[in-house]
Amino acid sequence: MDTMRERFASTASRLLDEDPRLAVVLAVIGRDGFREAERRHPHRVIDVGIREQLLVGAGGGLALAGMRPIVHTFASFLVERPFEQVKLDFGHQGVGGVLVSAGASYDSPSAGFTHMSPGDVALLDTLDGWTVHVPGHPDEAEALLRRSAKGDDRVYVRLSLQTNERPLPVTGTGFLTVREGRHGAVVAVGPMLDNVLAATEGLDTTVLYATTVRPFDGSALRRAVGDTGAAEAVIVEPYLAGTSTAAATEALADVPHRVLGLGVGRNELRKYGELSDHLAAHGLDARSLRERVSGFLTGSV
Amino acid sequence: MAATHGYQDLDRLLGHMTGDEKHGPAATSTLDAIWVLYDRVLNVSPATADDPARDRFLLPKGHGPMAYYAVLAAKGFFPESLLADFGSYDSPLGHHPDRTLVPGAEISSGSLGHGLPLAVGSALGLRARGLTDSKVWVLIGDAELDEGSNHEAIAYAGPTGLEQLHTLVIDNSSATHGWPGGIASRFTAAGWSAATVDGRDHEALYEAFTAPHPGRARAVVARVEPSY
Repeated sequence: MDTMRERFASTASRLLDEDPRLAVVLAVIGRDGFREAERRHPHRVIDVGIREQLLVGAGGGLALAGMRPIVHTFASFLVERPFEQVKLDFGHQGVGGVLVSAGASYDSPSAGFTHMSPGDVALLDTLDGWTVHVPGHPDEAEALLRRSAKGDDRVYVRLSLQTNERPLPVTGTGFLTVREGRHGAVVAVGPMLDNVLAATEGLDTTVLYATTVRPFDGSALRRAVGDTGAAEAVIVEPYLAGTSTAAATEALADVPHRVLGLGVGRNELRKYGELSDHLAAHGLDARSLRERVSGFLTGSV
Repeated sequence: MAATHGYQDLDRLLGHMTGDEKHGPAATSTLDAIWVLYDRVLNVSPATADDPARDRFLLPKGHGPMAYYAVLAAKGFFPESLLADFGSYDSPLGHHPDRTLVPGAEISSGSLGHGLPLAVGSALGLRARGLTDSKVWVLIGDAELDEGSNHEAIAYAGPTGLEQLHTLVIDNSSATHGWPGGIASRFTAAGWSAATVDGRDHEALYEAFTAPHPGRARAVVARVEPSY
């Protein structure tokens, strides 16, 4: 199976063939995947060099000129470093584009904290009008990329090396119900699904799968928690813990509720190693999740 | 359609915004250059403001946009009557322009250093669409040139020969640490075509704006009186 990034390159290359409105903008990172596309579309595969302010600014300019830019680099350098460009060169200009990140929270832990971006989705939450897709499988990434390329809106697609074993049919809107139970709901975001399913095996709780987290499907969560007693929800996200807690509490505002937001901690670990080491360190492996979820959801065990 | 005016009307149009005939130096440092562009160089008018093939003028130097508004009003992009409410709650004319509110404004600006990268992208987009006769102009100040994002754009547009891109630098000697060696040299070292002219001399501006620069991005440095 190819990685989400490899699928991004092959999918975006085909999309360039199909839609003359699209342009891929890069800052060196990821260019190898676009060599062939660059030969076919020399004016629509653009590598600006290691210049991330220009990367995002040029993306905004392409949109102003009537193109649909697909802008790609590591999440740290796409959202965090040029954040004001994301805010002003897309949102404030009133134009759209597709930002596609790689690296996620700790895809390359041995590269250290500079290449970790657990705060990307929380940062985008400070802005208006961004759709955020967090695929959990290369097939889902392809479906969401194809959908994103069609619109005129502002879209962030967060790719990761962490994936689930099997893809689910994703539509680009709303949450999927993957397991039904009577005591609360656990929302698994993208690559967290397999660990969440393992962690909740045998628990009498509903599991929702979210690959599109913004807009947040509050009505799916509200339906899933039911109307008996206090509503209880756990959100398991592959980025900063609590990123979607506000959206969840808003969805449950008409019932007494408890919400637990699990994800990547704020504390800088200053550790290298493997992705699995970091999942465990942040309590996002199946065993830790089972302990934290079953300890929170009353009556589920 | 609003009435169109000449250069001699600009002081009066500026007066609507300042409340008198004396206006701020930040606004007027750009006045002559913007006027020459809209009057004689740019292929854009209220009738073609949405034409994909129009020339584009980007004003990221959002501070002091009065000269820009005065020229847009003089050229009929919006009625003169809007000028008097400049900066008020319901006015489309803020102290920094918003492209979604101001007819004729190509970008929303205010934070320095965004215009040149946006202009690079616009030029790339026009080229990708085959609109190779359309020109993109962006105005920056010599102090705005301090922003590093401009240098990312200069260093990219030079070697890639982005011929449709034009940068107008209004130099009123306001950069905190100056530009030893001159502003034009920053562009020529990166492979741009560049000229430095008197920013009050309309003929010199016109010559510099329209000089051919095959295969190269173009920079025109317009020197005006120091701001302080």
